Amino acid sequence: MKLIILDGYDQASEWAAKYIRNRIAHFNPGPGRYFTLGLPTGSTPLGCYKKLIEYFKEGDLSFKYVKTFNMDEYVGLPRDHPESYHSFMWNNFFKHIDICSENVHILDGNAPDLQAECNAFEEKIKAAGGIELFVGGIGPDGHIAFNEPGSSLVSRTRVKTLAMDTILANARFFNGDLSQVPTMALTVGVGTVMDAREVMILITGAHKAFALYKAIEEGVNHMWTVSAFQQHPQTLFVCDEDATLELRVKTVKYFKGMMQVHNKLVEPLCTLNGKMNEVKSNSEKPYSD
Amino acid sequence: MPSNKSVSDAPITQFVNCKILKDHKLQKEDLWVREGVILNPEKLFFDEKGSADIQVDCQGSIIAPGFIDVQINGGYGIDFSLATDDVKGGVTLVAKKVLEHGVTSFCPTLVTSPPDIYHKVLPKIQFTEGGPTGAGVLGVHLEGPFISQEKKGAHPEQHLRSFQTRGFQELLETYGSLENVAIVTLAPELPQSSEVIDELTRRHVTVSLGHSVANLSQAELAVQNGASFITHLFNAMLPFHHRDPGIVGLLTSDKIPSGRTVFYGMIADGIHTNPAALRIAHRAHAKGLVLVTDAITAMGLPPGRHTLGQQVIEIDGLNAYVAGTKTLSGSIATMDMCVRHFLQAAGCTVEAALEAASLHPAQLLGITNRKGTLQYGTDADFVLLDDQLNVRATYIAGKQVWNKRF
Repeated sequence: MKLIILDGYDQASEWAAKYIRNRIAHFNPGPGRYFTLGLPTGSTPLGCYKKLIEYFKEGDLSFKYVKTFNMDEYVGLPRDHPESYHSFMWNNFFKHIDICSENVHILDGNAPDLQAECNAFEEKIKAAGGIELFVGGIGPDGHIAFNEPGSSLVSRTRVKTLAMDTILANARFFNGDLSQVPTMALTVGVGTVMDAREVMILITGAHKAFALYKAIEEGVNHMWTVSAFQQHPQTLFVCDEDATLELRVKTVKYFKGMMQVHNKLVEPLCTLNGKMNEVKSNSEKPYSD
Repeated sequence: MPSNKSVSDAPITQFVNCKILKDHKLQKEDLWVREGVILNPEKLFFDEKGSADIQVDCQGSIIAPGFIDVQINGGYGIDFSLATDDVKGGVTLVAKKVLEHGVTSFCPTLVTSPPDIYHKVLPKIQFTEGGPTGAGVLGVHLEGPFISQEKKGAHPEQHLRSFQTRGFQELLETYGSLENVAIVTLAPELPQSSEVIDELTRRHVTVSLGHSVANLSQAELAVQNGASFITHLFNAMLPFHHRDPGIVGLLTSDKIPSGRTVFYGMIADGIHTNPAALRIAHRAHAKGLVLVTDAITAMGLPPGRHTLGQQVIEIDGLNAYVAGTKTLSGSIATMDMCVRHFLQAAGCTVEAALEAASLHPAQLLGITNRKGTLQYGTDADFVLLDDQLNVRATYIAGKQVWNKRF
């Protein structure tokens, strides 16, 4: 496991975006060779999406040969509802980049047969050759996607009933009206994410500090589903200082000491054709702050 | 790239690198058009798996809904109030020429004229969709002859009329037919006006108050009967008085039926209304402000003498007078000039200035489901402007109909 500790939210977002950019560039996608990317929603990845859009607009990154699979979607919420994850992805990411609609996969929470929809999603991931990089965020209770506490750590894509904590947290997006908050969702399973060749979890803010502690310093436990990734061969946790508040000093010091090594993952930055971007790699500061 | 075949084979155009005026805000968004209508790209993306066939780089332009001029008497040597042999040709010429000023639809306006003029001219000015040949016609605006003698302005006195004896029937006989009519400007203090306003409203003709000496209660009664517009506010009406604010008082009246808005035309050419008066109106009732040119024959023509209806007018700079007098007889400013002047004089937002020339007139005419906005499903009539609001290009039904480089 790698734990990447940045000063704040913006730096963490930028680091994650740079990492995605380099991974896509190194993969060298093209016709018949698609980079498969798992994507989250929520407030945490917003900054990362902004940066990716910036890279696209500057011509340094293309999503033309990227296939995306989103983690989850509410059940029963109209697709064009402003809080649906379809709307979220459209407004915060897809409409700004050059991705083709046929390469975008989001679970349909209004499908007549929800389990069939989930099974088909798994099949689509398989058909795309599995997921190269799954990006995720977590809830303060350590849930990844909608795998609420107590979810099986080998679960697959399925219908989930949301935990009260999640419903309460989501109420702010529905004018604080609990009755409007969807209570069910379709979500990839922990096992689905575990199958990805690489997983990057973004965790920022003091309110997620306990979850980060549970994720990496305690044992694997289905009450903190994100802890399952301790068993994954290629996991990165990208966090800010605030999110480390519950970690032991020893842990934080160890990983901060490794930042020079880990930063090599994002520098030099690659441009569209996979070449190193010399100008940017010469900059003294690896992050704009 | 495959465009959507399940719904339509028509090509999809995506206007990129622009700021579009939507929901009262300039937003950095793309504008999508298919079959002359503004398209919801999110639906296209998720439902149809479609994408753009053509991308148009707007080079940072502002995109606003096309301007709508609800009061324009003519221009480029054409006077709509003249019964020439080729009324249609005249309207078409003006319709073509106003494209360069961002106007995508308009109401040709006839000033007070004798009945035979109405009978000859009105049937020839039909509702038309806009296109490459010119801006669309939304119906005729009949300004007079049922107006006040005292506030006749440039209208010829000998042709003024009342509907005192036979009410609405008299109006109908004067005009001949209301088939092509969108707006009628009348003076509400004329006897029997209540009945006439009521009947016009029932027939979906917008009633405007103007060229009038009405006091506020007469004006309020007219609004209660269905009137919804004020013709060139401050001009040709009683000046604002604190004990009887007259028609101007409608802007802050508390007797407007709930859910209704009184709109008012403003000639923001810097001559017809002092900038301070413009600001007073705007600050009192911003949502009702409708920019009109009230342009006359001479718009687009050099200084000198020209005909307006049955009269001769004289152009001197941006002023147009009844020849030999100092009576203003309509303006020679273009719509884009008015928008720019209004923006600068009122100190309002760019959004407010643009909406006064697009959204508000569309609301006045009750056509926001088609015109005056960039909402999905409405007509793709829009104008590309630079940050100083100079027109770069005009589009009707998604097709470019004018371009600065031409």
